[in-house]
Formats: sequence, C-alpha cells, structure tokens
Amino acid sequence: MRLKSLMLGACSLAAMTVWAQAETLTIATVNNGDMVRMQKLSDDFKAKNPGIDLEWVTLEENVLRQRVTTDIATKGGQYDIMTIGTYEVPIWAKQGWLQPLDKLVADDDYDVNDLLPPIRSGLTYEGKLYASPFYGESSFVMYRKDLFEKAGLTMPNAPTWDFIGEAARKLTDKSKEMYGICLRGKAGWGENMALLTAMSNSFGARWFDMDWKPQFDQPEWKATLEYYVNLMKDAGPPGASSNGFNENLALFQSGKCAMWIDATVAASFVSDPKESQVADKVGFALAPDNGLGKRGNWLWAWSLAIPAGSKKTEAAEKFIDWATSQSYTQLVASKDGWLNVPPGTRTSLYETPDYIKVAPFAKATLESINSADPDKPTVKPVPYVGVQFVAIPEFQGLGTAVGQQFSAALAGQITVDQALKNAQQLSVREMTKGGYIK
Amino acid sequence: MARAISTRRKLTFTAIGWLVGFVIFFPILWTVITSFKTEGEAIASPPHFLFFDWTLDSYAEVQSRSNYLKHVMNSVIISFGSTFIALLIAIPAAWAMAFSPTKRTKDILMWMLSTKMLPPVGVLVPIYLLYRDWGLLDTRLGLVIVLTMINLPIIVWMLYTYFKEIPGEILEASRMDGASLAKEIIYVLTPMAVPGIASTLLLNIILAWNEAFWTLNLTAANAAPLTAFIASYSSPEGLFWAKLSAASTLAIAPILILGWFSQRQLVRGLTFGAVK
Repeated sequence: MRLKSLMLGACSLAAMTVWAQAETLTIATVNNGDMVRMQKLSDDFKAKNPGIDLEWVTLEENVLRQRVTTDIATKGGQYDIMTIGTYEVPIWAKQGWLQPLDKLVADDDYDVNDLLPPIRSGLTYEGKLYASPFYGESSFVMYRKDLFEKAGLTMPNAPTWDFIGEAARKLTDKSKEMYGICLRGKAGWGENMALLTAMSNSFGARWFDMDWKPQFDQPEWKATLEYYVNLMKDAGPPGASSNGFNENLALFQSGKCAMWIDATVAASFVSDPKESQVADKVGFALAPDNGLGKRGNWLWAWSLAIPAGSKKTEAAEKFIDWATSQSYTQLVASKDGWLNVPPGTRTSLYETPDYIKVAPFAKATLESINSADPDKPTVKPVPYVGVQFVAIPEFQGLGTAVGQQFSAALAGQITVDQALKNAQQLSVREMTKGGYIK
Repeated sequence: MARAISTRRKLTFTAIGWLVGFVIFFPILWTVITSFKTEGEAIASPPHFLFFDWTLDSYAEVQSRSNYLKHVMNSVIISFGSTFIALLIAIPAAWAMAFSPTKRTKDILMWMLSTKMLPPVGVLVPIYLLYRDWGLLDTRLGLVIVLTMINLPIIVWMLYTYFKEIPGEILEASRMDGASLAKEIIYVLTPMAVPGIASTLLLNIILAWNEAFWTLNLTAANAAPLTAFIASYSSPEGLFWAKLSAASTLAIAPILILGWFSQRQLVRGLTFGAVK
C-alpha cells in the first residue's frame, strides 16, 4: 500500500515535470514587417528550444498599447513577452512593472556592448537594461535624386532647414500634382507630434523647462510652428493635416513628393521595386538642423520586455536572446536577404560589408540614430528623457491634444498664435493636474 | 382605394433605392475588391476598379499567418452563446414588463437602458481585475458573460416593444384554459412573437459579432475572435491594405451570409411588429 502510493506520487511528480517543461510563451507584438518576419522564422527557435511553444498576439500599435498597458497595470499576466517602445520603458521601469534583463546583459553571446549607445540608453533606467531592442529607428530626409538633379540642386549630407525650405518650394508644381515636401500632419502624439517635437529640438525649443513649466509661449516654438505651417502651405500636398506615415508613404511611392522626412524604416519600403515606383531614385540625408547643435530627428526602438511577476522568465529570456541577438540577424540574412534584417539596434550590423552593399540607407540611418540623444534631447536643459516625446504617463493624452491644435493650424482653421496659446493652456492645466507645477 | 402610383414614379424611386443601396454597400465592395489586389496595386493612384491582375496572394498570406478557423469558432461561440443566454433571461423579463406592469416598470426600463450610457472603457479596469481573479481573462466564457450583460438591455427593450403589441386577451384566454405560466410563455406567447424574437436574435448576434472593445481587451491568444484577427492586420507604419482587406473580407463573410439568408426575417421583424 505504502509502495503503491509512493509510486503514484512519483508518477504524478514525473508527469508534472513533463507538463511544466512544455511551456507556452504568449508574445504580444505589433503588426510591422519585421515583427511578422520574426513570427515566420520562429520555428528556428522552437527547434532549438524543444518544450517551449509560442503563441502570438499581433495587434495594431494603438490597440496593442492600450491592451498591454491594461494588463501590466493590473498585473493580469496575460503576456509573457511584450513588445513596447522607447516611450514606455522608462515609465514602466520606474513603476516596477518590468523585469531587468540582468541575465542577458551578463551573457557574452548577447553582447550588450554591441547595442547602439542611444538605443541602449533609451531602454535603460537607473543603470539597468529593461528591454532588448528588436529594431530601432530614427528619422531622416528621403529625397528624389532625379528631381534634384533636374532642378540643379545638390542635397548635402546634413542639410539645414533653410535649404530644405528653398528646395521644397523650387520643386513644387501643384498643377502637375508634384509637391516639394511631404510631412506628417495627422494629429497624435506618435503622429504629427513625433515630427514636430523632433523638429522643435532643432529650433531650440523644448516642451518644459527645468521646473516643468510648459514652453509653448516661447519664441522657439513659434518659429518651429510658423516654419512648418508656411512650408506646408507653399510646398506640401493638399489635405496634409490628415496625412500620417502611411498616407505620405503612398504619396512618396507614387512619385508625388520630392522630399519626405520620416522614419528610417521607410527607406526599405521606398527602395522596394515591388511596391515603389521611385525605388531606384531615392537618396537619403540626415534630418535638417538650424546650426544649434541638435538635428530634427527622433529615436525609437520596438523592444521586447518581460513583465514583472512573470512565471516564465527563463523561457522568455531565451526567446528575447534568440530574437535580438546577432545570430537572428544572420538567420534573416540567410533566409530573406540582408535588406530585410531588422535595422538600427547593433553596431556590428553597420560593420557588415554585405549589409552596406545592399542597403544604400545604412550609413544615413546609423548617423541619424547616433546623433539622437534621449538623455539630452534639446538645446536647453530639460527635466525629461525622450527625443520626440516626453517620457511621462501624461504625455499620450497631452501630446495628442497639442497635436490637434497644431493640426488645426496646418489646416488653416486657427492661426499659429492661437494654436500655441491653446497648447500652452492645455499643458499648464494638465501639468497642474498632474502635480508637476503648482 | 389605394392611391395610384405612376410607373414613372415607381421607376424613379426604384432607381434612387438602388443608388442609395449601392452607395451604402460600396465600402464593403471596395474592401472585397482590394483584397484581390497586390499591395502595390492597392495604393495605386488613381485606383483601378476592376481591371488589374486579380490575385489570391493576400488570402494565402493571411491563411499562413493566422488561424482563421480558431477565430471564427470563437466568434460563433461568443456571439451565439451570449445572445441565447440573454434571450433566456430577457423573454421572461419582457413578458413581466409587458403583461403585468407595475408603477415602476417604465423606470426599470429606463434604468436598464442607462447602463448603456456609460462608456465601456470606464469599467474596463474593474472588470479586468475581477476577471483576473476569477480566471476569466482570455476565456470564451468570460466574453459570453460580458456580452450577455451588454446586450441584455437592448434585447429586453426590443422584446418589450414586440410583446406590447400582442393583445393581453389572448394570454388571458390561455390562462382560462388552464395553461401554466411556463406553458403560456412557451406555447402561446413565443409562437406569436417569433418574428420579433427572430429579429432580436439576429440583430444581437450581429452586434455581438462586431463588438470590438471587450473582445479585444479581455482576450489574448486563446479566446480572441475575429475582431482581434482584423486588428492584427492593421498597422500605422507600413502599407498592408490588401492583407487588411483580405482579413476583413474573411471576417465579415460568415455574418454577411447569415444576414443574407435571414434578411426576410430581419426586415419583417423590424418593420411589421408582432402580430400584424
């Protein structure tokens, strides 16, 4: 009898260990080309890690953000790995919602020092890495080499806003639906405010001073917004106030824009002959500046993180290691070619001759990322981190509200002065409510 | 005597009717057409209406990336399950309100409707916490419960208005003949109210099928219905319009077919009322 129950116990213990080994990781991710590719290639991970199964929850960016924020804030535990951006990492790390990736950092194979310094610093909070970058991006100027040549213009490697404005006006021919420049105008903290905040950095503006006082009443913001609205009025496409990334991509790919300042990941879309009518005519240059020492480019990295309290940390770490290490880059290169490897996370990629050969935008991407500094994003000192955003929880709502004002100014519904006045009021109210200012 | 309507007037109204119908249907038609394009063709400007190389690439891509059948099964279970449970509760409730009203019946009806006035996101966190503790997150049962609750006021209201039109004398007569309460509801009331119940049923299945807030926010991998399937193909960074259209077409196909076969019931129930 005793033996029997002992045997039974042993059997059930064995069964439990087998059961515990067959773990399923639920991964929440965005629907971007590189993420979809990772999902397709994940059989390689399963082959190397038998006993770990993967479930994918792919969602549109804004839905995903809402979904994972609800889950992590309530400790719902629905996801073992979350795809989050540079905006979330410092906020969530401060809240204690993420597990530091100490094990990865200590792992020589992972080679944490290979990560591009600005990207790494954006994902670090109080000296600890809280998310591992899957792909990184900055923004830069994409322009039509053929049109520039025809107009007798030469794009410098690092243009100024003055040059961009002049060239854009010269290249515009509205009767032929040819526009000198396409920029984001759709309201949203990740839409027009990404462009405008990054742009304002190069004009010497900032969101808040060291006492968290909103700065929209300062001349730098007026210069930024006036320049943007006038430029778009003279040389932008009609209805620009509803254009986001996708709309501008469609315009640029169909040959209607001479210049487009946007995310560096767009480079591989506009260079793809299957999708783009201008694939072989695109040149790349750094985002413009005003000689003040800051360029108008942003910094973002879609990264993988593990929620605090996860019970599958070990398996999750294995997966993150697989997806964000150099060997994953090699895997993509061997399966889909170098052009399709996730860009912007590691120095080693930009030292790979095969990659440099096929990616004409590699050099400009690397320089753009390296010129962004999330810790010191502006000319004047600021109390926040983030280049095209302010890493505080209030920013999503505030950024979008301000974006609506600026979008209305672009559409001509209100004046630039009115938009800035409203933005200032909105920010003061929100920051007072948040307890930043009295 | 009915007023004579001239042929010309009939023709004009028919033409206008078709035109309005076409305009309303056009976005769906456009989605279906786009789903057969390549990604490059999908963003072409000016767009091509019918003359392009039709391809099934997007469908193949969608099939290889996601488990369509799992999402359909989830949608079917969630929408049918929640509607049936809600009907089981709502029929007796509407019966009581229609045939033995009290002083407060109107208030109760208003109160039930008022629960629909709160934006759902306002109760997301409390419900999320409850579901987390009860282990209902990402389960079909959890979604059936929440959608039952959400649709219950509408179902009660619709049934109440249908039942109101049934003469109470018929039910009284059945009572005189010795029918019990259950028999009265099942054998006398329900058959007379079938068109009303059918249209309520169909409308609520469609509402539950399309419900995108709770179904997205309370699910992850297991219980995700077709709304999550569509959301996985939408992207603010990158043009995937053909794939998104293919996913949307696949998601609306089942409910479109159901609606097609039951449109007679639906229209009759919505326009004629119970016993006319």
